[in-house]
Amino acid sequence: MNDTPGTDSPTTSGAGSTGTAAAAPASHANMLNLKLKVWRQAGPDVHGHFEDYTTTVADDASFLEMLDYVNEDLIRKGDEPISFDHDCREGICGTCGVMIDGQAHGPQKGTATCQLHMRKFNDGDEITIEPWRAAGFPIIKDLVVNRAAFDRIVEAGGYITVNTGAAPDANEIPVPKEASDSAMDAAACIGCGACVAACPNSAANLFTSAKINHLNLLPQGQAERYTRTEAMVETMEEYFGSCTNYGECQEACPKEISIDFIAMMNRDYAKSKLMNLRRLGQKKIG
Amino acid sequence: MTQAMERREGADAPDVNGPHRSSSNLLIDFWRSAVGKKWVMALSGVGLMGFVFAHMFGNLKMFMGRTAFDAYAEGLRSLLYPIMPHGWVLWAMRIGLIAMFAAHIVSAAQLTAMNRRARPIRYQSPRDYIAANFAARTMRWTGIIVALYLLYHLADLTWGWVNPDFVHGAAYDNLVASLSVPYVAAIYLVGNIALGIHLFHGAWSMFQSMGINSPRYNGARKAFAAGFVVVTIGMNCVFVVAILTGFVGS
Repeated sequence: MNDTPGTDSPTTSGAGSTGTAAAAPASHANMLNLKLKVWRQAGPDVHGHFEDYTTTVADDASFLEMLDYVNEDLIRKGDEPISFDHDCREGICGTCGVMIDGQAHGPQKGTATCQLHMRKFNDGDEITIEPWRAAGFPIIKDLVVNRAAFDRIVEAGGYITVNTGAAPDANEIPVPKEASDSAMDAAACIGCGACVAACPNSAANLFTSAKINHLNLLPQGQAERYTRTEAMVETMEEYFGSCTNYGECQEACPKEISIDFIAMMNRDYAKSKLMNLRRLGQKKIG
Repeated sequence: MTQAMERREGADAPDVNGPHRSSSNLLIDFWRSAVGKKWVMALSGVGLMGFVFAHMFGNLKMFMGRTAFDAYAEGLRSLLYPIMPHGWVLWAMRIGLIAMFAAHIVSAAQLTAMNRRARPIRYQSPRDYIAANFAARTMRWTGIIVALYLLYHLADLTWGWVNPDFVHGAAYDNLVASLSVPYVAAIYLVGNIALGIHLFHGAWSMFQSMGINSPRYNGARKAFAAGFVVVTIGMNCVFVVAILTGFVGS
């Protein structure tokens, strides 16, 4: 079941249309023979294990396309295909993400798994593929994890309150260029979970600080700045570990978000404990 | 008409650490969060680093001979005398140090427990770390080594339990008698090197924990940590070698 003889592989035999498409530009693409060790786990509460596969794939295929070929082969043989998360496949949705050879999203800096291409690997390589490991991200099946905890964090404060009605005039609120640049860098977070996966403590501080600061940096985010920071940090701590400033998260982040945002969050969290008390001059209620 | 939401098994966020227990007391509420405990670790770390530096600076008197060193040791008891009664300031500093050690160790233990809960099943294939260096990944171990070394150091030169030639009040002779023994000197070197590795990460990490971060000085944070380790721990090692080789001695 595990071994795929090269002649049976869709990439070399051209059995499937997708397979032929990948094999077609073979004039300038090199074919790679790969050994894969993939985590297989049938469901949330069962034991998983590594399963060995072999495949032959063109080096201009993406990492997820490579998994597609393996799955086509498994389906053809009547086996259960490998479950993995994916959606846009252009690095903007944050759905995909696996540990590849012990690195979140694999060896290429600043890209999600879908944007990693097989040219980053060599013929004969053995590639180990494992799901994100964190108590906050329980495994659903194979390489798919449940990232609902991120939704809980965003629900706790990842919004601003505005009056509905006519669209406000453009540029009505002045925003310093530096603030908008920094906010946009934080807003680049796609919520893939690589920061948690890469962190030796399974901390989600990079994700949470990005989600807090893309609002806290802008004038529109000021009204709820401290209630937001307090609520999102405390929700984060329900599910994840604590930050010890390793810096692994910013290396793994496909959007290269800086741990500077974590420092800003730490500062605002301490302030929130003072700011969220009754303000000066406010009459005591009750 | 509402449609019943059917939740798939495992579709909800898991319960890992439980909700934040808020308190109307500001400090208790802050302490109950992990970010707050990191603040406690950083602030107690700053205080302990100040102690380590002052301790090193005071020990420089050993190069000025027995009289100067013993006068310094005795002078610690009469700090701020006659404003404060004899020995009070020393005891105030000792109590402060014990409190900072306790806060540092308790928060480290609680955060470690939280981090273990956050990844009950470890990666089953080898991890490839990019940024996490040796110092950062061994904080818990270097911390434990430093704590054990500290107890030995107190038993050796404060209480005299492990120093057969110990004479109360003869600080210089006690120091020389102790560190002239090669295995004792080795313990002091190991303890100091562990502390140096601990501070190489800790003295940088504390800025991040307290949100002291700006592009204007971020480059200086790691340089400060490295410089602090080289100056303070380096000098401590020089003391040990100077006594072991007889450069400082009677």
